[in-house]
Amino acid sequence: MATKSLKAKGEELAQTNKQLEILNGGMFAEGELPYFKDKIGEIGHFPLRPKKLEILQINVGYMCNQVCEHCHVDAGPDRKEIMTRDTMSQCLDIIRNTGAHTLDLTGGAPEMNPDFRWFVEEAAKAGIKDFIVRSNLTIIRANKKYYDLPDFFKKHNVHVISSMPHYTRGKTDKQRGDGVFDKSIKALQELNERGYGMPGSSLRLDLVYNPSGAYLPGDQMALEADFKKALKEDFDIQFHSLFAITNLPIARFLDYLIASENYEDYMYSLVEAYNPAAVANVMCTNTISISWDGWIYDCDFNQMLDLKVASKVKHIKDYNEDLLNDRNIIISQHCYGCTAGAGSSCQGTVAP
Amino acid sequence: MADSYYDPKDLRKFGKITEWSEDLGNKFFDYYGKVFEEGALSAREKSLIALAVSHVVKCPYCIDAYTKDGLQKGITKEEMMEAVHVGAAIESGATLVHGVQMMNKYDKLSM
Repeated sequence: MATKSLKAKGEELAQTNKQLEILNGGMFAEGELPYFKDKIGEIGHFPLRPKKLEILQINVGYMCNQVCEHCHVDAGPDRKEIMTRDTMSQCLDIIRNTGAHTLDLTGGAPEMNPDFRWFVEEAAKAGIKDFIVRSNLTIIRANKKYYDLPDFFKKHNVHVISSMPHYTRGKTDKQRGDGVFDKSIKALQELNERGYGMPGSSLRLDLVYNPSGAYLPGDQMALEADFKKALKEDFDIQFHSLFAITNLPIARFLDYLIASENYEDYMYSLVEAYNPAAVANVMCTNTISISWDGWIYDCDFNQMLDLKVASKVKHIKDYNEDLLNDRNIIISQHCYGCTAGAGSSCQGTVAP
Repeated sequence: MADSYYDPKDLRKFGKITEWSEDLGNKFFDYYGKVFEEGALSAREKSLIALAVSHVVKCPYCIDAYTKDGLQKGITKEEMMEAVHVGAAIESGATLVHGVQMMNKYDKLSM
């Protein structure tokens, strides 16, 4: 189990150019596997272009109470990148005027940002249709000051999306750390008590599943059925939907793939599972990602690779939605993660 | 040529068998794909059966493939190992049940 971020350990892979070198080199440079741009070019999707903006995803900081093995953010307690109230204010201007119907707050553990509650309160006033907070669940039980988060979420009608690698203790703790499973179960029960995730409830609680290793997620519906059955029978827990998300080969997951000698096989699996039907709906076509310091990216993964949008509007201080939407999306070989099988996004599968 | 009979990378080339016999290869892969679809048995149950059979026929490619398939389907290691024991039990049972033949022959030949 990891205890420090790659960045804190001073690992070479903490450098984004090193990661991109790997993603663009090896089997791809040797012609053994096709580049993503060639693959989407075959079906007329290169350059990849945005459709209507639907989701505004804001990363309020990389600090987290957990150090998950697979984390594409390389988040952890040692990460100090945190969105300031000033930047949040600029984001609020955007939230009040955006055409997007969904606001999606992520991190790190977004709740660890000292201005998180203020930001949620202000953002909730903007009346955006779907207001998501990606909560890792354990944060709710991490410290007394977070115990009231379920009530806080309910008060602001926040849609909670939480990670749950498996419905068994062993697999969950192996990926996320000892004790994560029990804390997550307790947090889910508390959310259920407030009406979150209950059948017919407007308080939405969805779970995110991502594989605990070098393999792709199985069928989302089958996994959802397995999770629902096990969590209900074993812990009387209910939730709405399960999103099966593919791990993308960047940051700590890339480090794990290389260290465990799974990188080559994993990239083969991604390319083999390439599904042209998923391309039209990949999340970068309807989402933009804003970092803790206000830079704009095509997605959270590009943010972690420091690939800023190819637009005159690169920072929220210059925000202009129409201008921003008229851009080519930056791609590399990690993008195969979003087009494998039924496709993958922060909202789960994307293939029709 | 590889200097060993089994190379894990060869599994990636499985589809190439179609190149030397297109019709039969395609028929096989169509059939194979159909077999593993959700049916009267779930895809999950089929994956566990495939894992057990992979061990009985001692196919290293199949073991790699269905261990990974099991992980993708959220199958636990305990379930996987039990499936392997099912295969092993049938295999050892198949050996041991021949003991009856041995006993029959022994009795027949003995006064």
